[in-house]
Amino acid sequence: MAIKLPVYLDNHATTPVDPRVVEAMLPYYTQIFGNAASRNHEFGWNAEQAVENARSQIAKLINATPKEIIFTSGATESNNLAIKGAAEMYREKGNHIITQVTEHKAVLDSCKRLEKYGYEVTYLPVEKDGRINLDDLRRAITPKTILITIMYANNEIGVVQPIAEIGKIAKERGVFFHVDGVQAVGKIPVDVQKDNIDLLSVTAHKIYGPKGVGALYVRRKNPRVQLAALIDGGGHERGMRSGTLNVPGIVGFGKACEICMNEMGEEAERMRRLRERLKDGLFSRLDEVFINGSMTYRLPNNLNISFAYVEGESLLMGIHDIAVSSGSACTSATLEPSYVLKALGVGEDLAHTSIRFGLGRFNTEEEVDYTVDRVVETVSRLRELSPLYEMAKEGVDLSKMQWKAE
Amino acid sequence: MAYSDKVIEHYNHPRNVGSLPKEDPNVGTGLVGAPECGDVMKLQMKINPQTQVIEEAKFKTFGCGSAIASSSLATEWVKGKTVEEAMKIKNTDIVRELSLPPVKIHCSVLAEDAIKAAITDWKRKKGSDAPAAAEESAAARS
Repeated sequence: MAIKLPVYLDNHATTPVDPRVVEAMLPYYTQIFGNAASRNHEFGWNAEQAVENARSQIAKLINATPKEIIFTSGATESNNLAIKGAAEMYREKGNHIITQVTEHKAVLDSCKRLEKYGYEVTYLPVEKDGRINLDDLRRAITPKTILITIMYANNEIGVVQPIAEIGKIAKERGVFFHVDGVQAVGKIPVDVQKDNIDLLSVTAHKIYGPKGVGALYVRRKNPRVQLAALIDGGGHERGMRSGTLNVPGIVGFGKACEICMNEMGEEAERMRRLRERLKDGLFSRLDEVFINGSMTYRLPNNLNISFAYVEGESLLMGIHDIAVSSGSACTSATLEPSYVLKALGVGEDLAHTSIRFGLGRFNTEEEVDYTVDRVVETVSRLRELSPLYEMAKEGVDLSKMQWKAE
Repeated sequence: MAYSDKVIEHYNHPRNVGSLPKEDPNVGTGLVGAPECGDVMKLQMKINPQTQVIEEAKFKTFGCGSAIASSSLATEWVKGKTVEEAMKIKNTDIVRELSLPPVKIHCSVLAEDAIKAAITDWKRKKGSDAPAAAEESAAARS
């Protein structure tokens, strides 16, 4: 078995660019390099045509029309534009926004910023499985509510929210519905019509496209959504996002969407098989391992597991030739354990032991088997080193211990 | 985060992993940290009551690589030292030896605490030495 090390299993962070995407992009650097906004020569026309083609490819993947796609620099910008842009545009209608606690920071921090400017934000809790309760949502809506912003699928635990049901509620109550679709689009079917989504953030680099390019779907009818721009200038993108378009990036984004459109069904099945192989391998050889979040409503390529009694950073150190992420405080910039796991009611002790596995298009069965072997070996070794494992095996109830913390 | 060679060396080949019998009157056990904080160290030493020399030391640690390395190093350092000498080991010595970055200094503090806790436990077991032990422990903290 010859596999290339290190193994990349961090596909929720970013994905490698598909070679077919790179190939599609290359001519747009050196030959078709025009500014898509140049209206009076062939260089501009060709660039514009390429952009419009990409717009169609992206729209098709989410069942939108090309004119509803606004290009941005990535999903962080898309989330900012959707939330702040809608808040400003509809300020007279109301000042209330509803979101939920496991959103990405690009959404949470945009909401927090608006709170400083007098907006009110409701942060819905999640159930143990990571999904919001629809009754909580119904109760939270007031006549002042202008926007509901809920992610399609979570970046840490892969849990998929009941988007179609939320969309229905939003439509009934006349509230705009924004969805951060970064982890879901291209991985599972996302349909803005069926799901009643009014605003949808997407990015290229999570679907084997280039970094630095994203889009915001902005619904044009039933209802028409308007946004106040965050970036002013030449009035590009229907005035919602000025700035010269990143033509090669956009071409790559379009190509990446086209590939997802054609291969998503098959690829999702393959991801699911690899994920089950990974899960079964770990669960059959280790005790005291716990899945974080719903296994039913989950992206096919995600697995998030707590390995009790083994601290996440030390586990990462032991499997250094496998690229994954941990919810351990020691691996985060803030030195706090994952807020997502905390929201699920996962104790901080278990949050410190969590690992996120993100499978992708280029992973193989051999890589999964290698990962299982390495993780089992390292967890076993570190448990031999763990006083907590020893105490648990002796029957000590760790939750009742008086710990002398610093 | 990049680890120093010494941290990696201790992580890959931790010294003196294991447990000593807690009930043994000559064994002191220090258990410090908390699972919620992501670090728990258990350090045990077997001390000769006549010579006060630490004859054996064992550890088990739940924590990051730096925590494992700090406690592994602590067992290496206390072995063969007298109780009095071991009490003088400072967390800053551990930081220097392992080249720990600022965010990992608490690992070395925990290792120093574990040494002191184990010695305090041993002194408590000695019973008659209890007042002295409490005094010494208080002095060490100041």
